[in-house]
Amino acid sequence: MAELRFAKAINQALADAMRDDPAVVLFGEDVAAAGGPFGVTRGLLDAFGPQRVLDAPISESAIVGAAVGAALCGLKPVVEIMFMDFVTLAMDQIVNQAAKARFMFGGRGGVPLVLRMPHGGGLNAGPQHSQCLEAWLAHVPGLKVVVPATAADAYGLLRSAIDDPDPVVVVEHKGLYALSETVDETLVRVPIGQGRIARAGRDATIATYGALLREALVAADRLAAEGMSCEVVDLRSVQPWDEALLRESVARTHRLVVAHEAVEAFGVGAEIAARMVEVAFDDLDAPILRVGAPFMPVPFAKSLEMAYRPGADRIVAACRRLME
Amino acid sequence: MNGVDAYPGNSGERSTVSETAWALMRSMIRIRRVEERLARLFADGEVPGFIHLSIGQEAIAAAFGACLTDADTVASTHRGHGHCLAKGVPVSALVAEVMGRDSGACRGRGGSMHVADLARGMLGANGIVGAGAPIALGSALAHKVSGRRAVAVAFFGDGAMAEGAVYETMNLAALWQVPLVMVCERNGWSEFSPSDRAFAGDGAKLAEAFGLPFLALDGDDVLAVHAAVGPLVAACREDRRPRLVSCATHRVAGHFEGDPQRYRDAPERAAAAAADPIMRLAARLCVDEDRDARARFDTIEAEITAEIDAAVEAARLAPDPDFDLARGDVYG
Ligand SMILES: Cc1ncc(C[n+]2csc(CCOP(=O)(O)OP(=O)(O)O)c2C)c(N)n1
Ligand SMILES: [Mg+2]
Repeated sequence: MAELRFAKAINQALADAMRDDPAVVLFGEDVAAAGGPFGVTRGLLDAFGPQRVLDAPISESAIVGAAVGAALCGLKPVVEIMFMDFVTLAMDQIVNQAAKARFMFGGRGGVPLVLRMPHGGGLNAGPQHSQCLEAWLAHVPGLKVVVPATAADAYGLLRSAIDDPDPVVVVEHKGLYALSETVDETLVRVPIGQGRIARAGRDATIATYGALLREALVAADRLAAEGMSCEVVDLRSVQPWDEALLRESVARTHRLVVAHEAVEAFGVGAEIAARMVEVAFDDLDAPILRVGAPFMPVPFAKSLEMAYRPGADRIVAACRRLME
Repeated sequence: MNGVDAYPGNSGERSTVSETAWALMRSMIRIRRVEERLARLFADGEVPGFIHLSIGQEAIAAAFGACLTDADTVASTHRGHGHCLAKGVPVSALVAEVMGRDSGACRGRGGSMHVADLARGMLGANGIVGAGAPIALGSALAHKVSGRRAVAVAFFGDGAMAEGAVYETMNLAALWQVPLVMVCERNGWSEFSPSDRAFAGDGAKLAEAFGLPFLALDGDDVLAVHAAVGPLVAACREDRRPRLVSCATHRVAGHFEGDPQRYRDAPERAAAAAADPIMRLAARLCVDEDRDARARFDTIEAEITAEIDAAVEAARLAPDPDFDLARGDVYG
């Protein structure tokens, strides 16, 4: 067993992938010489040289477009978008180009591209540096979207994303980067689309992903003290998401809360809830509830952001409602 | 040019010239001291999030601010405190916003990177690099279409020269012929990278390619900037045509407060600090030699300190922003 920081796990995955496959290249703003705005790519320029680790200027659209072109021609680019909010500037290349190339080109070739981007609030970074936009990307046929919650999964999902023949968006919560966990000495790939039961329980299932996993586990602890046993499912991937695992869990617990930090309306939770109603209606003893952010931009002031962000309290409240 | 009486662009009496210089001095000192206070409040945990300081770059904001009226509009950047203050945003509103208080310019909802004051023509700092340029362009279009004599100013950094929106703005401004002044603040840095590693082009040639009149200025010489910008803004008001101004300056602080700046070496930092536009103007106003000038300088400092003290105190006493009110402002 070893201690591993979330950011270091990503760094390790990048280094291992680059060592294993000379086609893997990195680019992004300040990822090379400066080692990344969050320190995630530190040391990779020295280890792999300026041909494979490239600093790019503030040109998100051209950066992602270049990655698409490089991916069409044999490279496996891993691009960092400094904050997920800035993905908006690269949406044409992601949505109209990368996601559709395989299909449009008759299945003859694809875009093996990885886009890493930090999302999430908690830093009082304000409306343009805190958003969780994963549902936008999950809505686009051709893209895959993963959101690791643990250091081991940050490693394992990124390795799978780099191996994948299609564009994969790896969303990293910036509040997780500095956190350490105990992990196995040997880190392994985590298949895209495979969730995990983070805590077993009988009375209700809390499905979540990313940084909210920690809050869901806190909520489950608190509910356990009240005599309610909650199962916590870490989805790990939101596109595709692990429908089989969730069906199996709900078949046992008969109740479901889907929780995420992103805005609740039109979110990942909405898709999961709708689908579960279609396929597991007979198993459900209560309506499926969602926990997500209110329908408003992420506010800056401490008091506002605190009131805005979903956490253990709201998950606890939703679970209690399920039992009423 | 040594003394202020040799100050070009102002043929009036020495007293008029020096009054302008003192007004610019006050504006720069206000920006500097507000940001220094914000840095301390940040270190003490009273400013949440992150803030980008314009210490060393005050001359550009002060000189432009002095040439603009409330009807003129400014779109700024993540490093926007100076632009806001020079455009007339009160110290109290700016400080309270950055501290996340209900009395802030935007009721604590945006913070440092989003300070705006539409009534004073401040279209906002901006968290998205390059995004202010097309917004200023649209504002210039609105001035033109509405028949106002106002101009719009877009501030952006040398790092933003890499962003497509900035070129698209140059092209559109040239096509539409609107009263837009595009101002590149060349502080040598694009976040943690020297800006010559972020932009391979040449601003002057770019302007020429789009047919935009171009001016390169020493952005740390507030009198020179003011002398050039006054006539330029006046001309823009008349001819309703776009232009590009490039101001060389220095970023004295880190990219953001708390930036350890491992990517900078000591001589470069020392050179940035030595280029100080306030010290330069103080030397021209003989603040060290002339007792009257010193007294005047000290008075400005004291007045501004009092203004900032009062602003910080008021912000501390102001209530937290109201969540339900904030939520109610998503739509009109
Ligand atoms: C679209 C976008 N990409 C990246 C960033 C992150 N970022 C903020 S400021 C900055 C550097 C900007 O450099 P410059 O335009 O020269 O302004 P300066 O910081 O020097 O004032 C970067 C990369 C951002 N805010 N927006
Ligand atoms: Mg710069």
